[in-house]
Amino acid sequence: MASENANKPDSKAPMVPSASTKPKNWVLLLLRVVAFCATAAGTIVMALNKETNTFVVATIGSTPIQATLTAKFQHTPAFVFFVIANGVVSFHNLLMISVSIFAGKFNIDYKGLRHGMVAILDMLNVALLSAAVNAAVFMAELGKHGNSHARWNKICDKFETFCSHGGGAIVASYIGLGLMLIISVMSILKLLSPKSTYQVANP
Amino acid sequence: MTTKTKRIITILLRLLALGATIAAIVVMVTSHESAQVLNLTFTAKYSNDPVFKYFVVAEAIAGGYSLLVLVLSSKSLLWRLTIILDVVVTALLTSSISAALAIAHVGKKGNSHAGWLPICEQVPKFCDRVTGALIAGFAAAIIYLVLLLYSLHAVLSPIFAVKI
Repeated sequence: MASENANKPDSKAPMVPSASTKPKNWVLLLLRVVAFCATAAGTIVMALNKETNTFVVATIGSTPIQATLTAKFQHTPAFVFFVIANGVVSFHNLLMISVSIFAGKFNIDYKGLRHGMVAILDMLNVALLSAAVNAAVFMAELGKHGNSHARWNKICDKFETFCSHGGGAIVASYIGLGLMLIISVMSILKLLSPKSTYQVANP
Repeated sequence: MTTKTKRIITILLRLLALGATIAAIVVMVTSHESAQVLNLTFTAKYSNDPVFKYFVVAEAIAGGYSLLVLVLSSKSLLWRLTIILDVVVTALLTSSISAALAIAHVGKKGNSHAGWLPICEQVPKFCDRVTGALIAGFAAAIIYLVLLLYSLHAVLSPIFAVKI
């Protein structure tokens, strides 16, 4: 079976000129850049999310007792996971962008497995990002509406800036997730189309 | 590895994933418990929380998709669409288990910064059943991940065999 595959490129019709693959490469690169910006924005906005407020907790006689409370993203494990996962996905996108740009010059390849590795890594990052952003959005929903059955009070009426910044980070990350899904599908299609499997064998 | 062996392994993995999703749905839906706290009846059901409702819906979609692919697997014309939809369903499964795990963590350990008390001491049986459903959901997500990696490996193996 190995010899059949090795013989096929020679007997096939002349290779498709790279003009038809160039537009697809540019589209993929552009999508990756936008996805990188979206996930990086999500990381940074959530990592810098912090709000301090002073409340009147009780009144003894005529003097009110005040307490200063801080809302930070580290208080919730879901948001910590969100920041870390968005950071990992941004780094992955950056790596793939640089591999796409510099692949021709430095001949980055390992036995022709480059497209395969890109497809597998894209798919794993889609799963990671989808887990992180959904956990964060449901925690945010809990913070916004509370849960009367479990006697959990909402916190968004007291910490409005914290909630709105967190909401913005989650929306940016959802945009990144949608784009990563499209990118992953395009990478897998690039792998599955018959032209690419034969081109990979001849760099 | 012949094509027939590959097909048998993929069918087996999908069947396992289908079983895991059905187990997760059944255990989650049948989990409810009432407790008496200070003369108040306190009922814990899965539908109290939107996360667990989303968990059940997402597992149902994944299970339905597995069933559809198992039934229609004789036609191998749409195998590219199957791989693409596999990616989408894997993302859906990981998202549902992750969100449910985040809220269940709050239910079990509480969140002292937000003033949320853990509820597992009052309704221990409910907590146990939810834990079981989450384990089944986690297994379904991992099986789908393995299935996707196996499909991609099956496509890549001609490349492995070619000597450059």
